[in-house]
Amino acid sequence: MKKLLAILASAVMLSMAAAQYEGVTIDVITHTGPQIAEPLQRRGAEFAEATGAKVNVTIVPFGELYQKTLTDLSTGTNSFDGYVFAPQWMVDYIVPGYLEDLTPRVEADAAIEWEDIGAFFRDFSSTYEGKIYTIPMDGDFQMVYYRTDVLADLGMEPPVTWDDYLAIAAAAHGKDMNGDGEADYGSCIGKKQREQGYWFITSIASSMIQSQGTGQGGFFDPETMEPLYGPNEAFGKALDIYAESLKYGPADEINIGVGDTRSLWKAGRCALTLDWGDVGTQAIEEGSKAKDKTGAIILPGSKQVLDRATGKLVDCDDTLCPYAINGINHAPFAAFGGWSGAINAAIDEKDKAATYAFFSYVNQAAQSNVDVTIGATGFNPYRTSQFTNLDAWEAAGMSKEAAEVYLGAIQQSLNSPNMVLDLRIPQNQRYQQQVLDEKVSQFLAGEITKEEAMQQVYDGWVEINEEIGLEDQLAAYRSTLGVKK
Amino acid sequence: MNQQNKSISNQQPYVSGNRLSVWLERSAPTIFLLPAILIVLFLSVFPLILSIYLSLTRLKTVKGATEIQFVGLKNFEKLLFGSSRGEFVGVLKGFNPKDIELYGSGFNAFLHSLTPFGWFTFSVVSVLFILAFISYLRSQTRKAGGVVYRLITYTILIWMTWFMLSNLAGRPGSVTVTLCFVLIGITIQYLIGLVLALLTTQNLGGKRFFRVIFLLPMMITPVGVAYAFRMVTDTSKGPLKPFFKSLGLQDFSWVTTPWGARWAVIIGDVWQWTPFLFIVLLAAVEGLPNELFEAAHVDGASRWQIFWNITMPQLIPVSVTVVLIRMIEAFKIIDLPQVLTSGGPGTATQSLTLHAFTTWRAGVSGLGEATAIAYMLLFLATFIGTSYANLIHQRFSR
Repeated sequence: MKKLLAILASAVMLSMAAAQYEGVTIDVITHTGPQIAEPLQRRGAEFAEATGAKVNVTIVPFGELYQKTLTDLSTGTNSFDGYVFAPQWMVDYIVPGYLEDLTPRVEADAAIEWEDIGAFFRDFSSTYEGKIYTIPMDGDFQMVYYRTDVLADLGMEPPVTWDDYLAIAAAAHGKDMNGDGEADYGSCIGKKQREQGYWFITSIASSMIQSQGTGQGGFFDPETMEPLYGPNEAFGKALDIYAESLKYGPADEINIGVGDTRSLWKAGRCALTLDWGDVGTQAIEEGSKAKDKTGAIILPGSKQVLDRATGKLVDCDDTLCPYAINGINHAPFAAFGGWSGAINAAIDEKDKAATYAFFSYVNQAAQSNVDVTIGATGFNPYRTSQFTNLDAWEAAGMSKEAAEVYLGAIQQSLNSPNMVLDLRIPQNQRYQQQVLDEKVSQFLAGEITKEEAMQQVYDGWVEINEEIGLEDQLAAYRSTLGVKK
Repeated sequence: MNQQNKSISNQQPYVSGNRLSVWLERSAPTIFLLPAILIVLFLSVFPLILSIYLSLTRLKTVKGATEIQFVGLKNFEKLLFGSSRGEFVGVLKGFNPKDIELYGSGFNAFLHSLTPFGWFTFSVVSVLFILAFISYLRSQTRKAGGVVYRLITYTILIWMTWFMLSNLAGRPGSVTVTLCFVLIGITIQYLIGLVLALLTTQNLGGKRFFRVIFLLPMMITPVGVAYAFRMVTDTSKGPLKPFFKSLGLQDFSWVTTPWGARWAVIIGDVWQWTPFLFIVLLAAVEGLPNELFEAAHVDGASRWQIFWNITMPQLIPVSVTVVLIRMIEAFKIIDLPQVLTSGGPGTATQSLTLHAFTTWRAGVSGLGEATAIAYMLLFLATFIGTSYANLIHQRFSR
């Protein structure tokens, strides 16, 4: 009888929900799939069936997503109801008033289980000046992945420093790692310009630039807004490491992105890779030659860190590197921050409600705890329950040991007091995608020297500070770091 | 009297009606064309004026809005002398900080601004321009305005030749990269197009089949061509992997070096656009009168003599026109470098249009600078196009 009543109740609720957004079309824009777009489309179909709303997902190349979103909002075109983008961009859309404040909706939404979402993603990826503007769907940290079997054959331990990383890459490079008779690669990093390269160089440089906790800032001096990416030994060494890793990668490494390196990883062709959480889940996909051979570790660190007064690298000690582990400073980089959904403030209330309901549906544990275990989604864990419940990972095909290593590396990054926050000041795209990415790519291509690259990044960042307003940018930067004066 | 008055009074409306019809007749072209002219002005001139304004501004997001700040010529200054100079203008050999340290910044730097081959090329091109100028001075049709125009144009062209060669010896910016795509690409396209046009007019088997085949690349979308070439240039995964492997090149990538990538773009562009020159030149070759060739055969002229003295002179008017059309189009290249190499490695294949596009998409304040780049492209393409049209097209198309 109880069962019958429950079925009747859910049938009534479903029919009510089915009518709730009948006739509403939710237009969402995100980047070219399959990652991110795939779960939105799949969950969109489910949401449509349950609520009557139609979900259209428009995809554009990653490099164009920022500007497409800005153009749609700033010109009043309002072609889209929802935007699934990098949360670090949100400041450029919030300040002019283009995005809807979602705080009341989140507070009224019990199903979203907001407290289950990791504190970092709630505070950094979703909130700006105390208000919630985005619904997180993904959790992003960069980590190093290693082939457990290759390292065992070499008799080497997973890399703890960047020097270890290069030593393993050098030792493994040229060995056949997937049994196809062809020489494979020691290291695979997607260095293609205008894709993800600028995050990778930041992951390397951060271990030498930031050592005294998140509030110290990994991009600018939070007291003066002086760029830390400039003519100093830390950035110089990071460029050396980045360039050195080219020797152990595919011949066309400066022209490949993470899509290519992930394919190479699955094909069993790389001993090491630097990437977000996606590699862990893609390694267990059908046909992967790296299944149960993929280990993950927090970003390697450095025994020397930048003395910001002199620009020199100095040895770590208790004062300089209070969070060092065995004398090694790790600075896990929360690159990108995780794909998050925002809502256009200029659309009708009914459309806003429907778009919020859709984002909430994708975010809810019932959906997201499954989606984060699927490589094709591009979603990585961001809820506490996703770290504690290993059953979902085992059900997805990951061994318990592999799941513990994978989730452990993310958690270690997430819990690090020296985590480096991605840049979230106005027009951060110009600092990172235009200046840093371009100069590093020119350096890798041999168009400019290391010294020129360091100086030009510094000059470019100083110029943007001056153009936008040094004081405004400094205030914004301090605010993102949680520094109060 | 009354009758006379009546006829006069009857004439008045006729005269005024006549004037109206005359005015209408005279004004008809204007009246009929005016709406079209206004629409064209609105569609082309208005955006042009608006974009001039945008090129003098920077956008900034402020509370509740996007603010437009007027910054005068700062965007242009940034491109030509500021932080974007490296990407836009590039680095001139002899005039970069390292060379200035070695050679100083005076005449010695200028002497070191070109390689020996660069100086040779510069000398040859300069001599050609000077000879062309002298030839005009000696011609009977010269005019004072023409002399001044040519003096200025040839001086700028000689300077541009030096600039481009020095830039190539240093590090080319998007201006020189675009000029390379235009000049090298069109030269190769013209030569191949001409050879194919001449071949397919010979009495060879299957020439109709090949005419269609040679046209196909032009029908493919440039993005498709770029993706195809991305696969072809990939030595480790592409369809030509076995070929590259047989040459021992599987661990080698030719699009990771600046010139390798530039040549990949040029080859893709040549593959795509040679058919356009081929089809126009084919029509021109087929339209040549047979009598001249028959007479030349009777007189015992060799194949080369026939080609050089009969075919080519008659093809020149068509050739200069088709090159002009192609040149205007080639200045706007973006699809191939964007898809094939993303403008890289570094900025090695970044054309001016791609430079404007990437600047625009990097942030809200990039719009002004991107518009300034687009204007510089407009100046460059207009100068080269009009110089070509005035100096070469008018001379040879007669």
